[in-house]
Amino acid sequence: MGPLAWALGLAFLAWNVVSLDVDPARVARGFARLATVLAKAFPPDFHRTGLIVSGVIESVEIATLSTILGVVLGIPAAVLAARNVVPLPVYGGGRAVVTLGRALHELILAIVLVKAVGFGPLAGVLTLTVGAVASFAKLLAEQIETIDRGPIEAIRATGASRGAVLIYGVLPQVLPRIIGLSIYQWDVHLRHSTIIGIVGAGGIGATLYNAFARYDYDFALAILIVIVAIVLLGEAVSAIARARVQ
Amino acid sequence: MLEVDGLEKTYPTGDHALRGVSFRIEGRDAVFVIGPSGAGKSTLLRCVNRLVEPDRGVVRLDGTDITALDARGLRMARRRMGMIFQEFNLVERLTVMENVLSGRLGYVGLWPAWRRRFPPDDIEAAYRTLARVGLEGFENKRADELSGGQRQRVGIARALVQRPQILLVDEPTSSLDPRTSETVMALITGLAAEDGIPALVNIHDVPLARAFAKRIIGLAAGRIVFDGPPPALDQAALTKIYGASEARA
Repeated sequence: MGPLAWALGLAFLAWNVVSLDVDPARVARGFARLATVLAKAFPPDFHRTGLIVSGVIESVEIATLSTILGVVLGIPAAVLAARNVVPLPVYGGGRAVVTLGRALHELILAIVLVKAVGFGPLAGVLTLTVGAVASFAKLLAEQIETIDRGPIEAIRATGASRGAVLIYGVLPQVLPRIIGLSIYQWDVHLRHSTIIGIVGAGGIGATLYNAFARYDYDFALAILIVIVAIVLLGEAVSAIARARVQ
Repeated sequence: MLEVDGLEKTYPTGDHALRGVSFRIEGRDAVFVIGPSGAGKSTLLRCVNRLVEPDRGVVRLDGTDITALDARGLRMARRRMGMIFQEFNLVERLTVMENVLSGRLGYVGLWPAWRRRFPPDDIEAAYRTLARVGLEGFENKRADELSGGQRQRVGIARALVQRPQILLVDEPTSSLDPRTSETVMALITGLAAEDGIPALVNIHDVPLARAFAKRIIGLAAGRIVFDGPPPALDQAALTKIYGASEARA
């Protein structure tokens, strides 16, 4: 890199600091306030168990339902987005759907869907389903594109229809991957379902948001601990289950 | 009867695989196609059932112009052609029985196929065919548990259970050891003869072709340069097919 590039880079960085108003005094005050919040948060308050449990159950439900919907809709989407099993124009369409579905972050999608269907878990399920269809379809389509072409050629040669080729030639080759991806998706959704509640899409995230809004920092900390525990548990379950099928 | 007339194929890569190939197979003989790799053997075979679309030329099977068929007609026609592959092309995670029954997929609807509900006749035929290829009792094994020779027997059963009018056989022994190769080749030609159907067999192993063929076609650079019975395949003919340096006896 030449000196000019260095100079330009430094200038750009300096401009960012100035334009984003990065103020050392504010950072210092922030640390002080964070200390107050933490002081209020300890010890965590687990007394309102009912709220935590119902929040967790709702999150798990959102994650499970959206995973099932995502897989059911994602499998056909994956077929449409796999270059080696559908004609080129269909592939283009399938690919576009997958790309668009992944273009928006879950949080933005959740905000839009909360506006559309109102506060609550339904918005959460819809949000995660949209994301699930797209990412599940993308990963599965990539898997379909790497399968062994030989058996497909052989099934086609028997006079089988396109559908029969999918059922006998493609599906058996990607089935372990479908199961593995479904479990992985559920694990990811469990994590996401805790976040999207913050914008009103139900689950434990909603409970957390309310706790923060009421300055119940000790209750909020309890919820955070539970979220971490749930996510770790989900990850463990997912890892064990995937190890078994793959 | 299989008639191939003026078949030409150039791949998008510019590879000119077939440059006007014509022949006919009458009766029920095994016809072996030999030639160096890249001579167009595999393309020729795949143009017959249009796994590869020929650019020009006509393929006729018992009077049906295969090259003129629409997608549906082509599927109907493919049911009458059994194909056997170099790499066996079984679905590894399915059982032997499912692999054999996939030979009947052209005849069953999607829903019964999904539920593995094949007509009793098909299931009986599958058992019978497994016995014919020497795999009695293997029906519930998974294809990936079998040896190479056993896999190819499953491949043969899948082709035969179609009750085809011709067998298209692509280098069936290239992935097998020499002894298994001979057994498998004897099985293919023997069963084809029993069923009274001709076989079009690609092979690179000249002695094996001599041993089992009634007629040999020599392909070189996309053209037929030899067509005759095995005894006529002399040194001069081999040189024409393989070139001077690579000629084999």
